[in-house]
Amino acid sequence: MLRIPVSLRARPVILAFLALSFLLDLLSATPSRADDFETSVAKLNDQSFTVKEEAVLELVQSGDDRALAILSALQDGELFSHKKQNNVIVFSQEIDGAPHAIDVLTAADLGEHGKRDLKKITINNKLRGALKAALGALRLYSKDPDTRIAAAKAVLANPSPEALPLVVEAIEKEQDDAVREALDMAQAALLLTNGDAEERLAAVGMLSGSMDPDVWQVLGRAAGQEADADLAAAAQAALASIENQKSVYNLLETLFFGVSLGAVLLLAAVGLAITFGVMGVINMAHGEMLMLGAYTTFVVQQLMPNAIEYSLFVAVPAAFIVTGLVGIAIERSIIRLLYGRPLETLLATFGISLFLQQAVRSIFSPLNQPVTTPDWMSGFYAVNGALSLTYNRLYIIVFCILVFLALLAVLKRTPLGLQMRAVTQNRAMASSMGIRTGRVDALTFGLGSGIAGIGGVALSQLTNVGPNLGQAYIVDSFMVVVFGGVGNLWGTLVGALTLGVANKFMEPWTGAVVAKILVLVFIILFIQRRPRGLFALKGRAVES
Amino acid sequence: MTTSLSTSRGFLFGAMTGRATVITLGLILGAAVLVPVLNALPDGSPFKVPTYTVSLFGKYLCYALLALAVDLVWGYCGILSLGHGAFFALGGYAMGMYLMRQIGDRGVYGHPVLPDFMVFLNWKELPWYWYGFDNFAFAMLMVALVPGILAFAFGWFAFRSRVTGVYLSIITQAMTYALLLAFFRNDMGFGGNNGLTDFRDLLGFDLRSDGVRRGLFIASALALALGYIACRFVTTSRLGKVLIAVRDAESRSRFMGYRVEHYKVFVFTLSAVLAGIAGALYVPQVGIINPGEFAPINSIEIVIWVALGGRGYLFGAIFGALAVNIAKSYFTVAFPEIWLFFLGALFVLTTLFLPKGCAGLLSILKFPGLGTGMGFARKKEAGND
Repeated sequence: MLRIPVSLRARPVILAFLALSFLLDLLSATPSRADDFETSVAKLNDQSFTVKEEAVLELVQSGDDRALAILSALQDGELFSHKKQNNVIVFSQEIDGAPHAIDVLTAADLGEHGKRDLKKITINNKLRGALKAALGALRLYSKDPDTRIAAAKAVLANPSPEALPLVVEAIEKEQDDAVREALDMAQAALLLTNGDAEERLAAVGMLSGSMDPDVWQVLGRAAGQEADADLAAAAQAALASIENQKSVYNLLETLFFGVSLGAVLLLAAVGLAITFGVMGVINMAHGEMLMLGAYTTFVVQQLMPNAIEYSLFVAVPAAFIVTGLVGIAIERSIIRLLYGRPLETLLATFGISLFLQQAVRSIFSPLNQPVTTPDWMSGFYAVNGALSLTYNRLYIIVFCILVFLALLAVLKRTPLGLQMRAVTQNRAMASSMGIRTGRVDALTFGLGSGIAGIGGVALSQLTNVGPNLGQAYIVDSFMVVVFGGVGNLWGTLVGALTLGVANKFMEPWTGAVVAKILVLVFIILFIQRRPRGLFALKGRAVES
Repeated sequence: MTTSLSTSRGFLFGAMTGRATVITLGLILGAAVLVPVLNALPDGSPFKVPTYTVSLFGKYLCYALLALAVDLVWGYCGILSLGHGAFFALGGYAMGMYLMRQIGDRGVYGHPVLPDFMVFLNWKELPWYWYGFDNFAFAMLMVALVPGILAFAFGWFAFRSRVTGVYLSIITQAMTYALLLAFFRNDMGFGGNNGLTDFRDLLGFDLRSDGVRRGLFIASALALALGYIACRFVTTSRLGKVLIAVRDAESRSRFMGYRVEHYKVFVFTLSAVLAGIAGALYVPQVGIINPGEFAPINSIEIVIWVALGGRGYLFGAIFGALAVNIAKSYFTVAFPEIWLFFLGALFVLTTLFLPKGCAGLLSILKFPGLGTGMGFARKKEAGND
């Protein structure tokens, strides 16, 4: 009955009964039903294949968890009856090197068995077909919606005619929209391969919007068919429209990669946008502030090994404090003495960066340190077959936005931010208004360094945490700030996103390294056109 | 010690006078004679200088020439280039390409024309840009031309657009970083990650022989001496005065009618050529050139040699290069942990307490009345540099 779709359609009453009994099974497994299950299993050992087929059907309808294992064993020829133990149906399993018989109903070990003790339960081709459909059906009727979707996808990937009635039946009683959609797709794929001409065309229409790679295969096969010109043409058209959609999604994916790279660049550069952009300090030790932030993450994770999931929430403020304090110390001890001498500042801070690198090498080790990624950051969110977004990139983008907004808020909405802007715009005037410029300088530098430290926490999730981490980002950071225009946070944002997106869009054509080289060359040329960056500050003060 | 006396005499003779110049040239040429002679002594002699040391000091002399090149643009024209390592490396690669072609069929794969790495990458024929490098004269021309043309093009665009100060420093760094990435690629045809190595002959002489090592040392010393004279000539000429004017007050020089960008391009190109020559002499003495030479940190290290020695003093640059590199050789062997601490501290302390470097300190101590080096007038240092 399962093999012949027409017969199924012809007997809606039985179908309804089947579905009903199945639902009942889901709700309750009564003892009497369990007895039925045992009887059905026993029937598998019957001489007649017709009875066996009945038994298979009953097992499918039983809704019993054991049915799946029994039926797959039957399909694989690994189901036996035990001649010495009242012909109980058993699996054969090796335990301690000796074959043991395991009761399929109770899972009880019936002891070692000899080669001739067991008799294989045979199947014929007809029964094999029924079994295949039955196994597919078992999964389609699973209690777990995800398993049902997976079963529907399996049918879609490999549409065999036997599955059609099962899918039709499953659709009728399916309550879950997502599962139903998957089932509809499976049904369309089945009709496309097995239906009549009209059904096939309808199926193409049904499948044409899909973003599932398996659907593309099914359609591809249909498009390749010589026999039915109309169908082939329709499938071709559907494929073409899917190709179009796919390229749109590919574009979106590249854009997503680009934005996430831009977010990384922004996190790396935004601290520099404060120290270099706002204060005018050429901070070559900026990369090492990122590194310190990453190492702080490592230390925090070492300190709380049992709460790795939450470690990042501790690491962010910790990194801000650590690198902020280091920044303030550097500003007070060295940079303070070098204001107004940008090139000297560059050299001195470069010295500091060497110092910090070696310090990290001596304290930890020259090797990379393992920083764990929390579970909630791994994995990806699949929008559809053509577009999936990895969680770590998503979180980096969100985190980057938060950091940027927080920084803007500090600069625009707090007294400290007001004083910072005052000091950078006119130091002498600010000083005569009673602002302690030295203190503001230190705090500004501390803020920039602290933000760099937070950037380092994010980088620790993306790259190796080692003494050279900072070196890898220092050139990029400067490029972003200079490109965006010094002294302008929005410029840094636009600069980072532009460079990130440009990089990712060039990569497919040129490869990653050449894309990076081209971006560098572009910036060098861009600086010629606009020596003060994308969003230059205007006015006389700039020229001094 | 001061150089200001000689500036008034101008021209070529002026370039050769001045106590610092005489002492410097004397020391360089003295070394050029003495070291090879001591190396040629028979084994066991107490004064024998081992060949290893000859090559080591030959390498330092190349660094000194490189420092001279940086001092010319930074000390005299206020252009802080963080990309001079790129010109050095390009000169080195030009020399390395010649040396690769000299290997001929003695490579591991024994191919008569293609270097080993190309055979390994399954290349069938020499890329066009390798043509001519089997000719020594052509290769030497390229040693000067390639860095020179790059510097000219780069400088032409940058200086004409009035990219100055920190911005210029950062784009020079971007330039060397881009070249670093490019030369790391196998497709570039320069040996990728491994660079060019396994050299055998130079002009038919075995590179490993003592005689060639001595010859290279002498060549390096002569190149340094000639480079010094050239820089002296430039800096003491009228052109040199304009350069100093540009360094100290760029806008004012422009308002007075000088085409500032022309002066800058000239001096930047000359400096790049000197750096390229230094690189070409460096490669046969160390036996390898790889993309690591393009690393931005290398270029910054050159700047600290000059800063320590005293920018604006040509002999200061030479002294700084020698002092830092000798210290580096010592520290990296004796206390490898300490070296970066030392170098870092050197950067910080030099900029904080020795803004004019050792040479500046020297002139202050010896001539408190003069107090300034080449063109460092009483003007405050802030502003245009």
